[in-house]
Amino acid sequence: MRLRLPRLSNAELNDAARHYDGPTRPYDIVKEVCIASAAVVLLVLALAFVFSSPDESPSTIAQWSRQMPADFVTTALSELDGQSETANYGPPYNNGPTNNGTYYDGTNFQQHIWFIHIEKWLGVTHPIDAAQAYVLAPLRTIPDDPAVQSALKAYLAAPAKEQNAWTTAYGNALNKAAAANGSLTVPAGAYGPVGTMMSSLLALAQSGGLDGDLLANKQFYQTDYTAPLLFLEDGSALTDRATAQHLLGTQWGMMNETGSYPGQVWLWLYTFWYQVKPIGTSPNADILAGTIMGVLSLALLLIPFIPGVRSIPRVIPIYKLIWRDYYRDHPAG
Amino acid sequence: MSSWTARLRETYLRNLPPEKLLPDSQPAYMESAIYVFGALTIGALFTIIASGVILALKGPTWWHTSDIGHFFNSVHLWAVELFFFFMVIHLWGKFWMSAWRGGRSRVWMSGTICFLVAIPTAFTGYLSQQNFDSQWIATQGKDGMNALGVGSFFNVLNFGQMYSYHVVLLPAAIMAIVGLHLLLVRRHGIVPPIPLADLAATVTEPKA
Repeated sequence: MRLRLPRLSNAELNDAARHYDGPTRPYDIVKEVCIASAAVVLLVLALAFVFSSPDESPSTIAQWSRQMPADFVTTALSELDGQSETANYGPPYNNGPTNNGTYYDGTNFQQHIWFIHIEKWLGVTHPIDAAQAYVLAPLRTIPDDPAVQSALKAYLAAPAKEQNAWTTAYGNALNKAAAANGSLTVPAGAYGPVGTMMSSLLALAQSGGLDGDLLANKQFYQTDYTAPLLFLEDGSALTDRATAQHLLGTQWGMMNETGSYPGQVWLWLYTFWYQVKPIGTSPNADILAGTIMGVLSLALLLIPFIPGVRSIPRVIPIYKLIWRDYYRDHPAG
Repeated sequence: MSSWTARLRETYLRNLPPEKLLPDSQPAYMESAIYVFGALTIGALFTIIASGVILALKGPTWWHTSDIGHFFNSVHLWAVELFFFFMVIHLWGKFWMSAWRGGRSRVWMSGTICFLVAIPTAFTGYLSQQNFDSQWIATQGKDGMNALGVGSFFNVLNFGQMYSYHVVLLPAAIMAIVGLHLLLVRRHGIVPPIPLADLAATVTEPKA
């Protein structure tokens, strides 16, 4: 078999497709759309009736702090001493990271491609000061507890070096803490007021107060969950559930949904790039995957104008199958 | 000088006379099953809109507390899955037909834009569910959005913003683009088959 390039020029091919004066057949466009819609409705009703849809309850900070008190306090401590992901994220949340451009585990949250630092250029649009948002401000909402207010005052009055020494000592003590029935017993140590602050924050969270505190600012009605979601993400509550449901980024991530449902399968190509080295392991994985998909989307849009790509259907003539009846009846094409 | 209204009417009638807009006959070559997938995509879109309107009328928390609400959420979900399934088959079918031939590049491009806009429309729906899926998808999706700079004005962690996009802005865009796509299809007509003269060079040559 010898394959050759198509014979007609693009101009000839286009001219041949501009007008059609050949035979026609009766066609009822309204009837077709109605019948197709009715068929789809019946199919959808059957799928909905048989398979339903997933609806797993959201995680709350109260639930997280009761079920995983050590993880909650560890996360809160990382917000206080600036070691959490959110504290180091950078734009659009803050001006982190603080450790020479990288997060403490080496992840760079200010991604770039070549000289394009678009995340940095657009700056902080949803400001979050992690220590203030997740620890200091919530503790100020407990004015009736003199011990908490005294601890807060002592912490804020101390120099940064002493604050760091306290949080480091408390972090070390947390490694030996014992959790039982939602309570946390932390060994004594030289951590100054941090112990009182953390135990009060844990109690506030377990009472459900922190869920409300992180939403409330100046308005009664709230619909912006940026602060509590980032806090939950800094801990293990969401990740543990996602791991159990096989939803991690390395498991084709967010195109899946809980349970055995198809999820956003149309995101397969976007998610695919995260599974490919070195893109998936790059500190700039997100901007690389996004840029690749942007270029591919543009290419899909412009296929009619891209030489070579627009000729693929002529070289692999699947159209012979599509129009086989017409070609059979009209051998001249 | 004629009025703007008259000029608009004349332009419309010149480009889309009634027999083109609502035809009762089509070229004889339109007889493959692949042609059905465009109509099926429209049917799925109708189902999405109808179920979405019911969910919107009752508010975002209704389906979590009502069995009927949950059923309508399931209808909405499966209609979306079928919408993408039919649309992708329709898209591939049009690709293999080289359906952009004969001045139909705008038909192809409007269909592609519809596909590309449908993706964030569905994405904002997943973010508006107010359940664990929303939490996980939002926290995972934010990094991609932020890295591209989109996160500075499109905050996937903000339920109110995502809900507005999902129930108003993006569906309006989808309906406008689908409407434009259909008008362009009707104006240009469905693409004729590729002449077999083009295929002649690719036939199998018998061995000597």
